[in-house]
Amino acid sequence: MSLAILWFIVLALLWCGFLFLEGFDFGVGMLHDFVGANDLERRVAINTIGPVWDGNEVWLIVAGAGMFAAFPEWYATMFSGFYVALVLLLVALIIRGVSFEFRAQLDNAGWHWLWDAAMTLGSFLIPLLVGVALGNLVRGVPIDAHHEYTGTFFTLLNPYSLFVGLTVLLLCLVHGATFLALKTKGPVQDRAEQVGGWLAPVAALFVIGFAIWTPAMAGHAARAVVPVVAALAALAAVWFIRVRRNGWAFLATAVAMLATGATIFVFLYPHVMVSSTNAAYSLTVSNASSSSYTLKVMTVVTAIFFPIVLIYQGWTFYVFRRRIDVGDVQGGSAGGQAPEAATPGASPAG
Amino acid sequence: MGVSQIDLARLQFAATSIYHFLFVPVTIGLAFLVAILQTAWHRRGDEDYLRLTRFFGTLLLINVAVGVVTGLVQEFQFGMAWSSYSRFVGDVFGAPLAIEGLAAFFLESTFLGLWIFGWGRLPKGVHLATIWLVALGTVLSAAFIMAANSWMQHPVGYQINAQSGRAQLTSIWAVLTNPLFLWAYGHVLLAALVTGGALMLAVSAWHLRRRSDAPAFRKTARIALLVLVPATFLAMIVGSELGVSGDHYQPMKIAAGEALWNTAQPASFTLFQIGGYTATDPTPSFAIKVPHLLSVLATNSWNGKVVGMNAIQAQYQQRYGPGDYRPNVFIAFWSIRGMAYLAGLVFLLALWGVWLLRRKTIEQSTWFLRLAVWAVLIPFLMNTLGWILTENGRQPWIVQGLQLTRNGVSPTVSATVLGLSIAVFVLLYGAMALVDAVLMIRFARRPLGPTPQLDEHDVPVPAMSY
Repeated sequence: MSLAILWFIVLALLWCGFLFLEGFDFGVGMLHDFVGANDLERRVAINTIGPVWDGNEVWLIVAGAGMFAAFPEWYATMFSGFYVALVLLLVALIIRGVSFEFRAQLDNAGWHWLWDAAMTLGSFLIPLLVGVALGNLVRGVPIDAHHEYTGTFFTLLNPYSLFVGLTVLLLCLVHGATFLALKTKGPVQDRAEQVGGWLAPVAALFVIGFAIWTPAMAGHAARAVVPVVAALAALAAVWFIRVRRNGWAFLATAVAMLATGATIFVFLYPHVMVSSTNAAYSLTVSNASSSSYTLKVMTVVTAIFFPIVLIYQGWTFYVFRRRIDVGDVQGGSAGGQAPEAATPGASPAG
Repeated sequence: MGVSQIDLARLQFAATSIYHFLFVPVTIGLAFLVAILQTAWHRRGDEDYLRLTRFFGTLLLINVAVGVVTGLVQEFQFGMAWSSYSRFVGDVFGAPLAIEGLAAFFLESTFLGLWIFGWGRLPKGVHLATIWLVALGTVLSAAFIMAANSWMQHPVGYQINAQSGRAQLTSIWAVLTNPLFLWAYGHVLLAALVTGGALMLAVSAWHLRRRSDAPAFRKTARIALLVLVPATFLAMIVGSELGVSGDHYQPMKIAAGEALWNTAQPASFTLFQIGGYTATDPTPSFAIKVPHLLSVLATNSWNGKVVGMNAIQAQYQQRYGPGDYRPNVFIAFWSIRGMAYLAGLVFLLALWGVWLLRRKTIEQSTWFLRLAVWAVLIPFLMNTLGWILTENGRQPWIVQGLQLTRNGVSPTVSATVLGLSIAVFVLLYGAMALVDAVLMIRFARRPLGPTPQLDEHDVPVPAMSY
């Protein structure tokens, strides 16, 4: 196996890891307003991902930088070609990224509303845009002989890619719901189970559609086993949510998410970007990659650091394994300076 | 591909980078200082240090929030607006960025989460280790970014692939031991300490003047001053050595920084001049000069020869073909001086503070406390000027001697699209700056919180949380 192929796999793993980990972060971000009837409950929801979301987002950063290092052509073509979409993605990442810390700094209902809205909007937009971008890689976009993208922003908004975007978005919602059900107690958990129950069948339908559409469009019937796994896992999630097996439900949405991400890369290979202009102009694992020396350096560095990262990230999840409820967030904000007046709101509606 | 497209891409990169770097040095400097405070609490058990750790820790967190998200823009922007550059250098330049993410950014982000939420949940010693790992992450992060930037200033460890015409990495070791990188990295770390120190001093001075929590803020004023004096001094020395290194590898940058058109030996240093910044007007109408000083600064010798821009320009035209290889001289000249003069001011202020500390009259010196608050703005100005010097001085190159800036831009991204994205970033960054400034100032003026109750049992405790 050439190093370029190895790096294609590493990048696929990074993207899948990002979808799996940030997937529930986005879900929590979208749902926190819904599962929390008052400020304390919303904070419970946010704090389930509080210690980990920033570390989870680094998977995206490393995936991007890894593309730059291992496949400069891919990085250059995709990032310049998808310019407008990426500006939108950055705006979403920014407003959501600052919302966690900014929200906690002022105890004011209007202020909380503003940053709850930013968190929700950002958490919606990111998986949608990422899904659309990944869909376009497989579907193909106009690329000329010089590896330059010749389409516009609206070229990206084709039916298949929008469908992938919605599939990823729905999966993030369900994944977030199963995560919340697993990590909280009381009314927040109840509502998370409820919303998961509503959304899981819809998400499963989309994943099934994705599992049919992708091989139908891209060929490679044998590779369809991966999206079939995704569809089965999505169906399993429907069942486990219904019987309220929180752990199994989360595992099922995790597998569905991982397999959906993997589908993109399995059907993409040996390309990294398909040209719809002319198949000969497509970017491939071999024509877009860095020199073997660079790949060798990157491989050594990754072999050393990646296991260490996995260990300490895993340890973080272990440290914060406990379910939380309003008792945990009462009287302490990120500042921890002046305990806010802990006044649980009226009885939770719903 | 019109001129305006390149101008807009440059404007966007410059503006977003400068903005990003308002937050980076605070993160690096303050993470280290907060780790010091927490260590002091751990060692001495003095609860003031615990309250101070939480106080300055919160300022750190508000700042990190913006620093992280604006860093994303930087990472994406190479590919978005500078795709030709990315294709040309990706083989060399991408590696340090990826290693940064893997080795440094994971560390910083994960352990920051553990630190924020680990109060009372992690054993005290382990919790202390998390803030030190955050500090280590920030320092490592800066290392790889500076290695990548230094490669643009002085490319090493590469060859040009004859077939593709692109740069190809031949030695990662050479990239990580680039002499320019070592000086620039040291300079950036020291600048970060100066920034963090000045911020801590300003906040402490504000509280001392109002006699709020004076015993505690006396401690941080002292720590800040003890960091500021050596850090400012060393930043000047290392900065000057960076200049010597620059004179060797990027002589045009140094010559432009001195507005030196003709080669001089010995070379005098111009403190101030009127006119003399353009090729058509090379002789200043008024100038204050210190004999021999430029020779000493640029070559470390009394009578060292400093080559002027005219000679380098002729040499470059021979080597690279016709073209203007001189950066904007006015910007180069004043960015170097602005930085140096302001560093001198900070150094004097810090010395004054140490003298007041020794006489135990710092709390009575209203003038010092007042000035110390406003002095917080100076490091931000210095950091910005430093980057303007570095990046403007490399022009017209994006990679010194290998690729011109105008050849690095994305051919498919139009001026209209760039204009729109600049408008988006201006609005977003402006709003974020406003919110961040208000939150920082508001928080910095709050009194110290009470000693938090931290017990290590696994029961619901009011941990630090969102």
